[in-house]
Amino acid sequence: MSDEIGRDNTIVRYSAGDRTNHWVVAICFVLLALSGLALFHPAMFWLSNLLGGGTWTRILHPFIGVVMFVAFILLSMRVWSDNRMSERDWQWLKHWRDVVNNREENVPEVGRYNGGQKLLFVLVVCMLGLLVSGFVIWRPYFAPYFPVGLARLAATLHAICAFAMICAIIVHVYAGIWVKGSVQAMTRGTVTPGWAWKHHRAWFRDVIRRGQ
Amino acid sequence: MALQSLDIIRRSATTTHSPNVRAEATTEVAKLIDVSKCIGCKACQVACMEWNDLRDEVGTNVGAYQNPHDLSENSWTLMRFAEYENPKGDLEWLIRKDGCMHCADPGCLKACPSPGAIVQYANGIVDFHEENCIGCGYCITGCPFNVPRLSKRDKKAYKCTLCSDRVAVGLEPACVKACPTGAIVFGTKDDMKDHAEERIADLKSRGFDQAGLYDPEGVGGTHVMYVLHHADKPEIYCDLPANPRVSPMVRLWKGAAKPLALGVMALTALAGFLHYIRVGRNETHASDEAAAQREMEKAHE
Repeated sequence: MSDEIGRDNTIVRYSAGDRTNHWVVAICFVLLALSGLALFHPAMFWLSNLLGGGTWTRILHPFIGVVMFVAFILLSMRVWSDNRMSERDWQWLKHWRDVVNNREENVPEVGRYNGGQKLLFVLVVCMLGLLVSGFVIWRPYFAPYFPVGLARLAATLHAICAFAMICAIIVHVYAGIWVKGSVQAMTRGTVTPGWAWKHHRAWFRDVIRRGQ
Repeated sequence: MALQSLDIIRRSATTTHSPNVRAEATTEVAKLIDVSKCIGCKACQVACMEWNDLRDEVGTNVGAYQNPHDLSENSWTLMRFAEYENPKGDLEWLIRKDGCMHCADPGCLKACPSPGAIVQYANGIVDFHEENCIGCGYCITGCPFNVPRLSKRDKKAYKCTLCSDRVAVGLEPACVKACPTGAIVFGTKDDMKDHAEERIADLKSRGFDQAGLYDPEGVGGTHVMYVLHHADKPEIYCDLPANPRVSPMVRLWKGAAKPLALGVMALTALAGFLHYIRVGRNETHASDEAAAQREMEKAHE
């Protein structure tokens, strides 16, 4: 048996390192999204209490952002090679109606990640946008070095990227709840053979082939 | 000044009414700066630092009269000196008292994310309440006149208050009080416009054909206005913008984008909830586990 198949007949999907890395990004993201919304819309300003008030929100938000970016890059490197779009993934995406209605019978086989999960990699672009624009509006340290016109553009871009990312992450979180067993994959690292067979059959077969 | 002045017409990052029972009894005020009468004595700068208890760092002389070199958290007003060569080839020394313009449509207030850190009184004065300021600098991003400055010490934003504390008790701003030539005057906005008309007529009679009032429409008018002898070319007065307006970027970011983005986020979450209650979770059944077991056993054979 390989390392991927545990003694209790479960399959290891995420190592302890993967899980730690993922949750560092996730915790940073939640703090950033909530504190960022506080500064985005007056109706959300009460969320600034999360980091200890408006001024602490202004101080901490960018530092948490840098931590998230670094952790996200490390996480991307871990999963990059498994997330390249293939013809099979486009076919899978064409069956989105079957997917959302839990009718997998007609859906093409899926490898370690499905087409939807791979699309989430668009977030890399958002992350880069947030990092670059974030530095341009980071006061008091970096903003004074940029012209005000650029700061205006950066503030708008920061809001747009954050908006796209929050929407994508809402979908990501819900998908984890929707497909039962996914949360366990990211909290305990393991999935049942049935889960792997049902949702990522090509990956499941790779695992048992390697396990021989 | 505080919210207790009860004449607040606008408050940053606030979606409900501001306390303003007294607003009806208040008229709009304005400071009129007649550039043609200014002699560059800087009495206004001194009066400002004295009334407001501000002490800027002593700077260095670079061979020009402008001192300090720029506005700062401790210098809320500044005489800017420009040496302009007119088409006739003569030198004109243009001196403009720079500072907050107290826009009717203030970009700083629009951009500010902190409730009540920036307010606008019924008399038109735009005031920063530093106790609510979080130091994000969005006001700097929003301002079309490059006025607010973050303090290097306390990281709060500062600018001219138009002496809101003096005006509230019936006094004129300190700079107006100190001006020895009457280049700065203060009163109701209507009176100041009338006064400006007289000054412009006088300047025209002296050969300044393009004399005019600077009260830019793009920001809804301002509560600090200039009489310029070359009103057709405001840029020559140390880059006074010809058509100032709140940047379209800021309008998008702190305007339409706010309700739109929040709405779409809420709808995305709602879509998830509806999916959960209508379609339900995608669960792995005993039959899936059995199928997986069969494949695993087959692989072992």
